[in-house]
Amino acid sequence: MKVELDEPKCVASGQCVVAAPDVFDQRDDDGVAILLEEHPGAELVDDVREAVAVCPAAAIRLVER
Amino acid sequence: MTRIVVVGASAAGLAAAETLRREGYTGTLTLVGEEPHLPYDRPPLSKQVLAAEWEPDRVALRTPDDLSGLGLDLRLGVAATALDLAAQAMWLSDGAQVAYDGLIIATGVRPRRLPGEGAHVLRTLDDALTLRERLGPGRRLVVAGAGFLGAEAAAVAWRLGARVTLLEPAPVPLAHAVGEQVGQVLAQAHVEHGVNLRTGVSVTEVTDEGVRLADGKEIEADEVLVAIGSLPNTGWLADSGLSVGDGVVCDEYCEAARNVYAAGDVARWYNPLFGTSMRIEHRTNAAEQGIAAARNLLNPEARKAFAPVPYFWSDQYDMKIQAYGYLRGHDEVAVVDGDLGERRFVAAYRTGDRLTGALAVGMPPKAIRGWRQAIVAGASWQEALHGATTV
Repeated sequence: MKVELDEPKCVASGQCVVAAPDVFDQRDDDGVAILLEEHPGAELVDDVREAVAVCPAAAIRLVER
Repeated sequence: MTRIVVVGASAAGLAAAETLRREGYTGTLTLVGEEPHLPYDRPPLSKQVLAAEWEPDRVALRTPDDLSGLGLDLRLGVAATALDLAAQAMWLSDGAQVAYDGLIIATGVRPRRLPGEGAHVLRTLDDALTLRERLGPGRRLVVAGAGFLGAEAAAVAWRLGARVTLLEPAPVPLAHAVGEQVGQVLAQAHVEHGVNLRTGVSVTEVTDEGVRLADGKEIEADEVLVAIGSLPNTGWLADSGLSVGDGVVCDEYCEAARNVYAAGDVARWYNPLFGTSMRIEHRTNAAEQGIAAARNLLNPEARKAFAPVPYFWSDQYDMKIQAYGYLRGHDEVAVVDGDLGERRFVAAYRTGDRLTGALAVGMPPKAIRGWRQAIVAGASWQEALHGATTV
C-alpha cells in the first residue's frame, strides 16, 4: 500500500491527522499535511481510507498493490 | 439490499457511493448527477479556478480509474424529478424510472437569485469558468452578498485587477455567522485592499447597467455576481411523503424515511453533539455525512448517530480562516489567542454554558486543534477558557 499526497491541493484542514494520526501530520507554519509514512502497514489501511474519504481537497490517494 | 440509488454526484454522493463499496455492498449502485461532469470539488471554484490558477481537470474528485473501480451505474446529465416512497422508485429527467431498496439523497443546494437577467452565480464549474472569462484588470464587478462565497470571489477578482464593489445588506458582513467583532475584522481586509465594501445596502434587482438598490439608486457594473445564499434542492421531493423544510428532515442517523437517507448540503438532521437540528453547507460535512449515511443504510442493526463537529475554511486575500463547531446563534465570542487587529487570532464561541465553536485566522494548526477536541468533548465554557489560560 502506498499513500500519495498532492501537497499543492492540500487546504490544511487537518482532517487527515484526525483520521490517521500515525500516517499524517501538519506543518507548523501553514498547516499543510505531511506524509509521515508513505508505505503504512496493513493495520493502518482503514485509517488511511478514512483520511482519503474525508479529505476536503481530494488531495490523498491510496494506491493498493 | 441489492439496489441502492445515490442521488447527487458531488462530494456527499461520491463519499456515500465509495463507502457502500468499501463496506462490502456488491449490488447495483446507481449514482445520479445533474451536471454532465464527473464528480468534482466545489471549494476551489471561488479560489484557484476563479483565479485561473487551476484548469478544470484539477478539481476532479477522483481519477476515472478510481471511479470505474466502483462499478457504478452512473447517470450524469440527468436530474431527479420525482420520488415515490411507497413504490420505492424515483424518476429522472430523461424519463427513466429507477427502483431502489435503499436511497441516499445528496442533491445539494442551488444559488438564490435576484430578479433580472444577466447576473452570474457561483455554484458549478461552468459558473466559475464563465465568470473568470469576464474578470480582469479594470473590469467593474459588483458582488451582491458579502458572505464567505462573495468575500472569496471579491478577493480573487481584486487580485485579478478588477474594480470590485461588495454589497451587503447587514451592517457587518458575516456577523450572524461569526459574530460582530470577527465580522468587522474580515470586513476590514476588504477595505484595506481597496475593495469598495458597502454595508446596509440591499440589492433588489439586476439591471442592464448593473444593479438596483432598495433606495432606487443604481450601481453600474460590467459584471454582477449574486452570492446571497442557497436553497436546498428538494423540489423533486414535493409529493414524495418525505418531510421537507429547509432541507430533507432527518433523524440523528441521517434517515429521512425507512431506508432513505440524506447527506450533505441538502440534509437537515439532528446533531446530538449540539442538541439541535442543523443543515451544514460545508465541504467536510458533505463527505463525512455521505460516509455516515451509507454506513447506517447498510448496517441497520448497528446504526450510529451522526454527531460531527462541523469544520469550514475560507481563503480571502492572505487570510486563511478556519472554524470548528456550530457558531450560529452563539451568545458570546471571546478572543482567546493572538490579536484581532493583526488578523492572527483564535476566537471561541459560547452558546448557553458550552463551548460550541472556535474560529482561527492565520494561526498554526496546533493552535486550533485543542479547541476542536474541547468541542468534541462537550467542554463547558468555564473548562474551555480555563484550559486556554493554562496552556
